[in-house]
Amino acid sequence: MSDALLEARNLSVRFPVRARGWGKKAYLTAVDDVSFTVKKGQTLAIVGESGSGKTTAALAIARLVAGETTGEVLLDGRDIVPLTGEQLKDMRRRVQVIFQDPYSSLNPRARVEDIVREPLDNLTDKPEAEKRQIVDQLFEAVGLRPEQKRLFPHQFSGGQRQRIGIARALSTRPEVIICDEAVSALDVAVQAQILNLLRRLQKDFGLTYLFISHDLGVVQHMCDSVAVMYMGKVVEHADRMDLFNNPLHPYTTALLSAVPSVDPTLRENARRILIPGDPPDPFNLPKGCRFVSRCPVAQAGCHDAAPPLEDKGGPHRVACHLVGAEAQSPLGVDAAARA
Amino acid sequence: MSDPSIPLPPVEKARSPLSEAWEMFRRNHSAMAGLVILTFIVLGAIFGPMLYPTDPFDMVWAPFSPPGEEGYLLGTDYLGRDLMAQIIHGARVTLIIGLSAAIVTIVIGVTIGALAGFYRGWVEEVLMRITEFFQVLPTLLFSMVIVALFGATLPMITFAIGIVSWTAVARITRAEFLRIRELEYVTASRAAGAPSGKLMFKVILPNAAPPIIVQSALMVGSAILFEAGLSFLGLTDPNIVSWGQIIGSNRQYILESGYTVTIPGLAIFVTVLAISLVGDGLNDALNPKLRQR
Repeated sequence: MSDALLEARNLSVRFPVRARGWGKKAYLTAVDDVSFTVKKGQTLAIVGESGSGKTTAALAIARLVAGETTGEVLLDGRDIVPLTGEQLKDMRRRVQVIFQDPYSSLNPRARVEDIVREPLDNLTDKPEAEKRQIVDQLFEAVGLRPEQKRLFPHQFSGGQRQRIGIARALSTRPEVIICDEAVSALDVAVQAQILNLLRRLQKDFGLTYLFISHDLGVVQHMCDSVAVMYMGKVVEHADRMDLFNNPLHPYTTALLSAVPSVDPTLRENARRILIPGDPPDPFNLPKGCRFVSRCPVAQAGCHDAAPPLEDKGGPHRVACHLVGAEAQSPLGVDAAARA
Repeated sequence: MSDPSIPLPPVEKARSPLSEAWEMFRRNHSAMAGLVILTFIVLGAIFGPMLYPTDPFDMVWAPFSPPGEEGYLLGTDYLGRDLMAQIIHGARVTLIIGLSAAIVTIVIGVTIGALAGFYRGWVEEVLMRITEFFQVLPTLLFSMVIVALFGATLPMITFAIGIVSWTAVARITRAEFLRIRELEYVTASRAAGAPSGKLMFKVILPNAAPPIIVQSALMVGSAILFEAGLSFLGLTDPNIVSWGQIIGSNRQYILESGYTVTIPGLAIFVTVLAISLVGDGLNDALNPKLRQR
């Protein structure tokens, strides 16, 4: 087993928001005491619904959020949260981002070759000829033609634009690439192309991915391990097979039960677990477990104390009071009893 | 990846956003008419004095000789000076004041708006309070005070016009910066290591340019009007002819010899109208929401 290349320890991000009344400052905590690890050459997916803080967590790791970040983000054992100046540049060389929307992540007034070489210009001092050579190679690597490099972003399709975004992220030869919903803005056929491209590049360049997504199908296809987030907290963190075969947290279970299946027998047997209601108000979070208001198996104790993220055997960690040492889903037991 | 036996389709030509805007502009008839008139006026201002070298300050004939009579196409003014020469020579000054006042406006407005919109926080608070201070000043009065205090020289008049009219540009620039700084490509540039200066002026500003360009084009027109207003009130360099100054110096004779006021007024009207047409055309051409209509 390889070592952790990227590790978040007790990472929190909060944004100051102006409260009613003078002088008071309220904070919106988007990411609350989150920890996870990504092993070298592997892919960790962070999944969760909108507003769960997954994108904020990812951007905090890339040092791109304006909010207050506390905790540690270790890249090769070195905390990157306090870095500035040259060291920050060095970190940016090693950690790059592929953004969600290929229509807004490319500067409409720049030629695509300039977009791709921007990280090279700002972060490295390679000679001009070498930069040009790298750009040409990258165009080839992502499946674009070098003749297209003088064009402007609006002359490309969505999939091609995302390829440009990928080429940009690759230009400094980073070790870690954060894919922030990198395919969710694309249609399904193009999604598959881009995902396959990402996998090929992972192999060719030895990349480590932090893959932010809400699409469990995509996650299953791409990832080695998964962290599930809900309201700024990681509720479950496990290997892919573990998580998909034996989801422990009620939220994860509900999430997986919502994935549509093409297999008719599976579809017959599938029991949809519904979670009623809306996520809680982020300014007024419940005292205990954050999922308590929607949890189908919540008990009295769940209202009082927030469950810690605990190891339940193997590298399977879950934050739920109802999961015992035998690592069985509280919902699963319930379902088995009824059947 | 692709089959080499199938020839790839040719790569389309690189079409910059600006070249597309020009396409749009060319299809706009009134804007093109404005551009033609404006080109004519600018060429006249540049080359006119060489082709019509009569000194606009020379007394060439009897005062108040009506247009077309006595061999003077536009007649003579109250001192018997050739009005045609005044209009031609005055065009240069009028356009220079309009243009340089607009430049002063853009430099001050864009700098303040960009800093306020990019840095937010207390920088924005301070800069926007300053902007509001200038906004509530009575513009004509304030510029009159400046010109009266520091002398009616051409640079001072330009500065006086610029200093009272930059607020609109600052507000537009700030609004655009506030919008664009949140877009993903700005975050992407940040991830690519771009320093603040580069983000502001190389990434955000080019994308914020369209409304600023439009505002600036219209600003040239209003600066010309402003200069006419100051000249009309006599706050102008008496050794330089400008269209406003012609109107101002002839205003007592407006009832007897109306043409001495009407003709330079018409020149201002046509110029400002042409600039406005061009400005509106730019607005349509640069505004992506109106594209492909």
